[in-house]
Amino acid sequence: MAVNRREFLKIAGLSAALSLGGKAAFELVLPGQVDAAQMSRPPQALQGTHWSMVIDLSKFKTEADALALEKVCHKEHNVPFIHSKQNIKWIWPTKFEHAFPGLENQQIPAEILETPVLVMCNHCENPPCVRACPTQATFKRASDGIVMMDMHRCIGCRFCMAACPFGSRSFNFADPRRFFKDGKLPNPNYPTRTRGVVEKCNFCAERLAVGKLPACVEASKDGQLIFGDLNDPRSEVRKALRANYSIRRKPELGTGPSVYYLV
Amino acid sequence: MYNAGKIITGLVIFVAIFTLPLWWQVGKAAQVPKPELPKTEKACVQDTAYMRTSHMQLLNEWRNAVVRDQDRIYVGKDGKKFNMSLTNDCMKCHNDKKKFCDQCHNYLAVAPYCWDCHLTPEQVKESK
Repeated sequence: MAVNRREFLKIAGLSAALSLGGKAAFELVLPGQVDAAQMSRPPQALQGTHWSMVIDLSKFKTEADALALEKVCHKEHNVPFIHSKQNIKWIWPTKFEHAFPGLENQQIPAEILETPVLVMCNHCENPPCVRACPTQATFKRASDGIVMMDMHRCIGCRFCMAACPFGSRSFNFADPRRFFKDGKLPNPNYPTRTRGVVEKCNFCAERLAVGKLPACVEASKDGQLIFGDLNDPRSEVRKALRANYSIRRKPELGTGPSVYYLV
Repeated sequence: MYNAGKIITGLVIFVAIFTLPLWWQVGKAAQVPKPELPKTEKACVQDTAYMRTSHMQLLNEWRNAVVRDQDRIYVGKDGKKFNMSLTNDCMKCHNDKKKFCDQCHNYLAVAPYCWDCHLTPEQVKESK
């Protein structure tokens, strides 16, 4: 039986329409049902759609105040201290002019210029590290805005480190376990990293999941650090940002940091 | 055939050396791995057969769920809930890596890199 051009086009059109309709119907009846039934969020997890932090610089007097919080974080996540340029940092104090280049001038009061500024991953709204990552090891979690890392996928190319304008990322040049005395880890409930992966602050995603605030926020006294959902007008961060003038690091780059500073 | 004696002797020696590993092992069956199951628990998150063949796929799914989707609770085959965590859940029951994981992994000569980052129960004990 010969099929002429007209009949061929009819059959091709009809089968295309059927296959599209079939797939759409499946999605309507069973929208990703298989996965959802077996895995779920822990009920005690903190709920937020855009986690954000406010750092009140006026409550940091000496560098020791900031270093104490750094220590808490690094203990919580088994971050080693390496006495060289290869040191690994998740959160650390720096000078005002280094945290806010371009904002400093000679007339700023000395106490502000000398205040230690805690810096960390800004969990940007438009993160350049995510765009640079070739393996999607770094990604922005759509559900809560945290810029997360999947260490299993990281190939150690360090494009993200070049892309991050805040220097928030560190590379493991060596096995980090070497730098703990007798292999004793400060927090045995949290994994270490391995040689050849990049790491950074994860806004304590593992603590949020069990209903705890980030370790640095929990350790901070009288509101040095405030943590909450930026999309919730009643949250602590929104209250603090409504009541005070705040600045962000390098806003001109358009990355939209989620970490705000009260001067 | 020229030099038949030398060639045949050479071939015999070659075959003997080449097949030496086979002769060496004659009569000795490789030890079948016997992973030691936990005594405290009766059931794992899925059937034994599924866990035996597909635990690596399951662990990959768990990793994606925890890191990417914020899902940390897994409902097992009989409705029991589990925290999706290698060190903090799997290894709480299977608390001896040498007698459980290593048994089959060594037998099959696979070296998964789980423990480059995740902690074995021994390391957890040492750190406490």
